[in-house]
Amino acid sequence: MAYLTDRKRAIGRGSAKSGTEHFWAMKKSSFALLLLVPLFVFTFGPALGGTYEEILAYYSRPFPAIVMGLTLVVGFKHFNDGAQVAIEDYVHGLAQKVLLMSVMCLSYGAMAVGLFAIARIAL
Amino acid sequence: MADVNRGNRPLSPHLQVYRPQLTSVTSILTRVTGNALLVAALLIVWWLLSAATSETYFATANAVLTSWFGDLVFLLSCWALWYHTLAGVRHMIWDNALMLEIDKAETLGWLVVIGSVLLTVFTVVVV
Repeated sequence: MAYLTDRKRAIGRGSAKSGTEHFWAMKKSSFALLLLVPLFVFTFGPALGGTYEEILAYYSRPFPAIVMGLTLVVGFKHFNDGAQVAIEDYVHGLAQKVLLMSVMCLSYGAMAVGLFAIARIAL
Repeated sequence: MADVNRGNRPLSPHLQVYRPQLTSVTSILTRVTGNALLVAALLIVWWLLSAATSETYFATANAVLTSWFGDLVFLLSCWALWYHTLAGVRHMIWDNALMLEIDKAETLGWLVVIGSVLLTVFTVVVV
């Protein structure tokens, strides 16, 4: 290690060069959620508290089901990308890698479970 | 450069040395609300899965979501969701290099705080 030059030590420690793509992905999902969040709040809100039959009937209708499906997909993608930045800020090394992969599994796992459930209710 | 002795120098000051300001607190809250919304999101996914599974399973999940604990989580999440949404709008404004002056940024901060409370009250009344 003592023979490494300063330049050699510096190479590879700079920008990952994927920041712009990440920023743009966040901006796209943010904009989508700006439309979806009000739709979600005022479809899910009134439904919560209904009986089993009411919920099945409500989420068999196209509009509430589609809003729920889209919110699950975009919301969990947005959570995954946002939590990634937070983790990269505060956690480093092996713990960072483990946490990033755990958050990814949780985000896409929850998204898939939610989509399966809404498809089963709606179809 | 792990193998180079850079001396035991102090690190640059971090959050704890600064007086809390509206701009910093609203920024931190954006991150906190975003991550905290995971709780409500997972509850909703569980609730949907239970509705897709059976009536007895739904009764269990629905009881949790409509209990005082569920009400508390959803009330706080409702505010968190509106807060995070308005804070996101604020970032979209900032992304265009607008309203970045301190007084304007603070105005936006108050709009986010007050707007999120008003939207939460509105949601509770309507829903």
